[in-house]
Amino acid sequence: MKAKFIIPLLLFIVLVGFLAVGLNRDPREVPSPLINKPAPAFKVPQLADEKKSFSPEDLKGQVWVLNVWASWCVACREEHPMLMELGKSQVAPLIGLDYKDKRADAMEMLARQGNPYNLSAMDNDGRVGINYGVYGVPETYVIDKAGIIRFKQIGPITKDVLDKSIYPLIAQLNKA
Amino acid sequence: MEYSMIPEIGHFALILALCVSIIQGVLPLIGAQQGRREWLVLARPATQISFLLLAISFGVLAWCFYVNDFSVLYVAEHSNSQLPTVYRLGAVWGGHEGSLLLWIFLLTGWAFAVAQLSKTLDEFMVARVLGVLGLVATGLLLFVLGTSNPFERLLPAAQDGRSLNPLLQDPGLVFHPPMLYMGYVGFSVAFAFAIASLLSGKLDAAWARWSRPWTTTAWIFLTLGIALGSWWAYYELGWGGWWFWDPVENASFMPWLIGTALIHSLVVTEKRGGFKNWTVLLAIMAFSMSLLGTFLVRSGVLTSVHAFATDPRRGIFILLLLSLVVGSSLFLYALRAPKSTLGGKFSLLSRETLILMGNVFFVVAAGSVLLGTLYPLLIDALNLGKISVGPPYFNAVFVPIMVPVLFLMAVGPWASWKTTDLKTLLKRLWIAAVVAFIAAIAIPSLMGEFTILTALGFLLAFWVIASGVLQIIRQCKVGMPTRSFIGMQLGHMGIAVFVIGVTMVGAYQEEKDVRMAPGDTVTVGGYQIRLMGVGPAQGPNYQAMRGTFELVRNGKVQELMYPEKRNYDSSTMPMTEAAIDAGLTRDIYVSLGEPLEGNAWAVRVYYKPFVDWIWGGCLLMALGGLFAVMDKRYRLRVKK
Repeated sequence: MKAKFIIPLLLFIVLVGFLAVGLNRDPREVPSPLINKPAPAFKVPQLADEKKSFSPEDLKGQVWVLNVWASWCVACREEHPMLMELGKSQVAPLIGLDYKDKRADAMEMLARQGNPYNLSAMDNDGRVGINYGVYGVPETYVIDKAGIIRFKQIGPITKDVLDKSIYPLIAQLNKA
Repeated sequence: MEYSMIPEIGHFALILALCVSIIQGVLPLIGAQQGRREWLVLARPATQISFLLLAISFGVLAWCFYVNDFSVLYVAEHSNSQLPTVYRLGAVWGGHEGSLLLWIFLLTGWAFAVAQLSKTLDEFMVARVLGVLGLVATGLLLFVLGTSNPFERLLPAAQDGRSLNPLLQDPGLVFHPPMLYMGYVGFSVAFAFAIASLLSGKLDAAWARWSRPWTTTAWIFLTLGIALGSWWAYYELGWGGWWFWDPVENASFMPWLIGTALIHSLVVTEKRGGFKNWTVLLAIMAFSMSLLGTFLVRSGVLTSVHAFATDPRRGIFILLLLSLVVGSSLFLYALRAPKSTLGGKFSLLSRETLILMGNVFFVVAAGSVLLGTLYPLLIDALNLGKISVGPPYFNAVFVPIMVPVLFLMAVGPWASWKTTDLKTLLKRLWIAAVVAFIAAIAIPSLMGEFTILTALGFLLAFWVIASGVLQIIRQCKVGMPTRSFIGMQLGHMGIAVFVIGVTMVGAYQEEKDVRMAPGDTVTVGGYQIRLMGVGPAQGPNYQAMRGTFELVRNGKVQELMYPEKRNYDSSTMPMTEAAIDAGLTRDIYVSLGEPLEGNAWAVRVYYKPFVDWIWGGCLLMALGGLFAVMDKRYRLRVKK
């Protein structure tokens, strides 16, 4: 084996090393600009009853959780058990934001799978989503008593996120 | 609710295809190594069966889209009942799982073509080539079945699907990925030939002659695929650009650069028996770049406008596959390459040298693109922070590397094999040089603005064109030119046309961002564009605001233009649908921005001189490739 013919192989091994390390990094791990900023205000109809509306103002003085979901969203089904647990725990109001969805589809999905939310608000045209910088459904926000966003999860909540981030944060914010 | 079993048929066909691919990948290779005929003859039937199975599987997925089977997860995530049928079919490869299935389907298609068209080839060679392709297919099928099954069920079924990203709802998308993948995957044949010849130890001219039409065909598809993608970005993204040095674009461009080098290197290996090791290495590299591209796009290690969902398992699997395929190939290369013989000797000034120089520039160019693409990842991996590399890097590095390539392109065809003397070259090329210099000074002066860079662009383009015309004249005096010769000329002319387009657009485009109310007029490139009004319009699955513009030249209305701002029912992102009045010497490009106070709109207007020459040049290159493939030498062999 002559040395010069091994060079391509060696170069490739170095490249693979870098790619392997790169795989463990998240290129999208850019902190949301909304963290520690006031949650954008909105007022939209509730899912269960169109005549009633919901606004973040209603929950001023409480720590609460906003979860963006939709009946067409497949990843939402994945996090659904976590939301059920969070809802049952009663540590904080869990508000759903039904994003770009049809009312009938959304209601059927809740009826079939169980409704973890204290209530859901309808974001038919996705305007609330734009203000909150929704990147993809599902997303979850923890908002403190003063209406400041303290935490944002992009993508489904996992057991880990729930136990290590969301519960402790809610407990801490509730004490404040 | 009842669910049809059809998706399971597709899934089952994939599993069967995996089994058949394992047979195709293992037995013929061992058979060829140990001289067992009964094993080696399995290669062809196995290839045919796995192609058939993949066709079934792919057909089933397309069917699921056609009938809106939202009990299939992939369909629910990428289609919806309001999506027009054409885009439902385009959506088959609109996501990760489906595009991988397309990848493998095309791979087995190429293998099938090799099996059908290789009747005259040594059966050991055929067995090895098909065996290598079988191994590659096995790896990818494992990947699909293990991490990205397109037939995964969603039970209970979704009421309706999520729909395809509106950006991708475009005729361009229906054809762009299949073309691109045909090219990507096509390099697997050149790769398989290279590996087969390394295994057999027969690195010879016959191998090169065999590889050439396959490599060129793959290159044609890749050229067209990249051009389509660029054209799509130009008219669909609404930014008026035609190339963004986006990581995903780069992922398709790197195999093209290496593939172009490979095509030229194969000529030397076939005709002169030279550069064998170099050609084999290029063949390995071209396919490695295709796999690397797949890795970069599919693993989510890089962000880009083509962002796809990230699943870490997928990344690890593709990386493993990449390391196995490329690592073992390069290992084999390190073992076998030193044994190959040298080709015919050549002097310092000869066609061989010129082609080799061009090749080196192509590889360096591909390397610089690779570096720029991976640099953010390297920096992150070394914990030096998060950065991004943009067009300034690529333009600064890539363009200078292409200058000598263009220079050599006009010289190479004049040089003889083995040796050439400088005097003859100068005698033949001085006219081309004069023409080029005149063009370089005259055109920018006529256009009204002279810069060194613009002059350089025209100098090189006309250098290539003039040299080509002189070659054609000379060839016609001797006799009827061969298809290979015509192919080469078209390919090189295509590059020149492309360079003219790029230079013109770069130097003389006009762009105006203005606020316009109905009745207002804006002037670009000698045209007046008047806004008549903006009103609502309804599409099959979107609502739009549609502007009506008059394109006026010399007081006469030439054309009405209708740019749109669309809101798709299933997406938050408003989409800009630019209106383009295309022409041979210029495009007028109008796109609607945001509504402003009153009834005014933000409007962006571009005047883009010769922009269509960019894609025209690519078409010429592809056409050149087609002529080269149809050269008599190959056709005779196929027919026999």
